[in-house]
Amino acid sequence: MSLTTDDKPAETGAGAASAARNGHSPRLMVRLLRRPELGAVTGTVLVFAFFAITAGNSGIFSLMGVANFLQVSAQLGILAAPVALLMIGGEFDLSVGSMVGFASVTIGLGVTEFGLPIWLALGIAFAFAIIIGTINGILVVRTGLPSFIVTLAGMFILRGLTLAITRTITGRTQIPYITEGHENSFIVQLFGGKFGTSLFQYLGDIGWIAVRPDGRALVNGLSMSIAWWIVVTAICAWILARTRFGNWIFAAGGDADAARNMGVPVARVKILLFVGTMLGATIFAAAQVLEAGSADTLRGFLKEFQAIIAAVIGGSLLTGGYGSAIGAAFGALIFGTVEMGIFYTGIDSDWFQVFLGGMLLIAVLVNNLVRRKATEAR
Amino acid sequence: MAQAADSTPIVELRNVSKRFGSVVALRGISFAARAGEVHCLLGDNGAGKSTLIKTLSGVHTPTEGEMLVQGRPVRFSSPRDALDHGIATVFQDLSMIPLMSITRNFFLGREPVKGAFPFRRFDMQAADAIVAEELANIGITLRDPQQAVGTLSGGERQCVAIARAVYHGAKVLILDEPTSALGVHQAGIVLRYVAQARARGLAVIFITHNIHHAYPVGDTFTLLNRGTSLGTFAKSEITETQVLEMMAGGRELQQMRAELGAEATG
Repeated sequence: MSLTTDDKPAETGAGAASAARNGHSPRLMVRLLRRPELGAVTGTVLVFAFFAITAGNSGIFSLMGVANFLQVSAQLGILAAPVALLMIGGEFDLSVGSMVGFASVTIGLGVTEFGLPIWLALGIAFAFAIIIGTINGILVVRTGLPSFIVTLAGMFILRGLTLAITRTITGRTQIPYITEGHENSFIVQLFGGKFGTSLFQYLGDIGWIAVRPDGRALVNGLSMSIAWWIVVTAICAWILARTRFGNWIFAAGGDADAARNMGVPVARVKILLFVGTMLGATIFAAAQVLEAGSADTLRGFLKEFQAIIAAVIGGSLLTGGYGSAIGAAFGALIFGTVEMGIFYTGIDSDWFQVFLGGMLLIAVLVNNLVRRKATEAR
Repeated sequence: MAQAADSTPIVELRNVSKRFGSVVALRGISFAARAGEVHCLLGDNGAGKSTLIKTLSGVHTPTEGEMLVQGRPVRFSSPRDALDHGIATVFQDLSMIPLMSITRNFFLGREPVKGAFPFRRFDMQAADAIVAEELANIGITLRDPQQAVGTLSGGERQCVAIARAVYHGAKVLILDEPTSALGVHQAGIVLRYVAQARARGLAVIFITHNIHHAYPVGDTFTLLNRGTSLGTFAKSEITETQVLEMMAGGRELQQMRAELGAEATG
C-alpha cells in the first residue's frame, strides 16, 4: 500500500516540474496539470491498479464488487461535493455528520411517531437543513469566528439533540419500520431504490452478466445513492465552473476582502454554501434511511472528516480559493474503493485508517505543489 | 492654488474631515478630480492618503464635510456604491485573486451571463475574448486568459487591475501606490498606461509617495501632511524639487533626495 501511494507525489511532482521547465510544452499538458482534480484522478488509477494486482481474483472488480464500492463511494460523495464547494469558499463545516443523524431521525420520528407521510417528513428534514445551514452561516459571517469552531459546536449540539430527542420520544436510539408498507412508493424509490434495473435484467437475459437460478440478474440495479452522487457532483461542478456564483465562491475563499471590494456579496455566498452542505447531508440521510427502512442516531458519525478528506484528496485547498467538485467525487471514489478493497484483499481493516491518514498527507503535499505551480510566473 | 479647468469636477471633496474616535485622520480637506486630468496625491506615510482614498472609494464615510459627484452631493454606503457612481479604486492589493484566472478576476462581481434561469451561466467565451482584446490594447499579449493571475508580473497585474476598472466604466480611477512595489521598467509600463487612461478622458487620482513617478505623469498635485492639505498646485506652478521640499521638509530632504535619486535613475 505504502509503495503505491508513495509513488504518487513523486510522479505528479516531476510531471509538473518538467512541464514548467520546457516553456513550450504541449498546451494540453499544461491545461491538464492546471486541473485541481489531477491528483485525485492519478490516485484513483493507482488505487485501481493496486487492487487489480493484489485482489484481482477476489471479486472486487466483479459487477457485485463494483456496485458495492460505488455505493460506499456514493454516500460519501454526496457529502463531499458540497463540502468541497464550502472549502473552496474558505470555510469548514464539521456539523455535516451530525446533520446526517439529525435528518435521519427527523424523517424517522416524523413518520413513525407523528404519522406524517414520508414526503412530508423528508420536506421537514430539508427545511431543517436550510435553517441549520443558515444559522451556521450567519454565525460564521457575523461573528468572524473560524467556521471550524462554530461548526464544531454545531457538531456536538446537533448530535446531542438527535440523541436526546430520539431517546426522550422513543426510549431508544434506533427507529425501525419507517418505510413499512410504502416500499414501492415513488419517494422511497427515488432515494432508497435502485436504477438501471431493466438494463441489468437485459444484460442478464443476453448472458452478459450473471443471473440467479430463477433468471433474474444477480445485480439487479445500482443504488439510487449512486445516481444522487452523480447528480449532486454534476450540479456542484457546474455551479463552480460555469456560473457567476461559482466565480464568487472562488473569490470568497481566495481573498474575501478583495471579493468584497469588487462587489461580491461574500456573506451571502458563504451562508448559501453552509446551506449546501446541510442539504447534502440530508440527501445522504434520506438515501440511507429510505434504503434501509430504519434510522439511527449515530448515522453519519465521523462523516464530516471523511468528506473533508475526500475534498482535499480531490484537490481542494484547506485555505480556500482553489479546488474542484469533480475532484471531490474522485476523492470519495478512492475512499470507497479502498474501504471495500481492503475488505476484499483480506488485509486487516484496521489498516484502512492508516491508509487514509497517509493519503490525506500526500494529497495535502501534492495540492501545495500544484498551487505553487499554478501561480508561478511564466 | 490651481483651478486647472472651469468644468465641474467629476468628484469633489469640500472641507472633509474624518475622525476615528479621538484620532483625527483628515482635517478640512478640499480636493477635486477632473476628467482628462491626472491628479497626484502626495504625502509621507501617515499623511492621510489612505484615509482620503478610502473616503473617496466608499470604504469610509466622512465625519464632516461634503462629497460631490458631478456636482451632486453623495454619501457612499459601500465600495459598490462608489463603483456605481463610476469611482473605481485599484487598491494596493489590487483586489485580484492570484489563484483565479485572469478572466475570472477581470469580471469578478460583474460576470457576463447567458441563458435563462436556472441555466444562467457565466459566458466564459465572451469574457475570454473581451479580456484578450482589452489587454492586447494595452500591450499585454496573453497566451491564455484562463491562466492564473498569479502567473503575471507585478506590472502586468497592475495594468490588468486598471484595465478592469476602465472596462467596467470607471469615470474616476483611484490608483493607490500603483508603482511602489514595481521595478523601474514595470513602473514605466504602468505610468504609460495611466497617461493612456487620461487620454481616454478619465479622471485619475494617483496616490504615491514617489514624486519621481508622479511628476512626469501628473497634471495637478495635492500634498498632504498629517491629515491636512498643504495645497493643490498645477504642474506649471510647482517644480519637482519644490514638491519634494514641501513633502519632506528641508532637513530630511538631502537624505531623501539621495535615496530617491538612486531609486529613480535608469
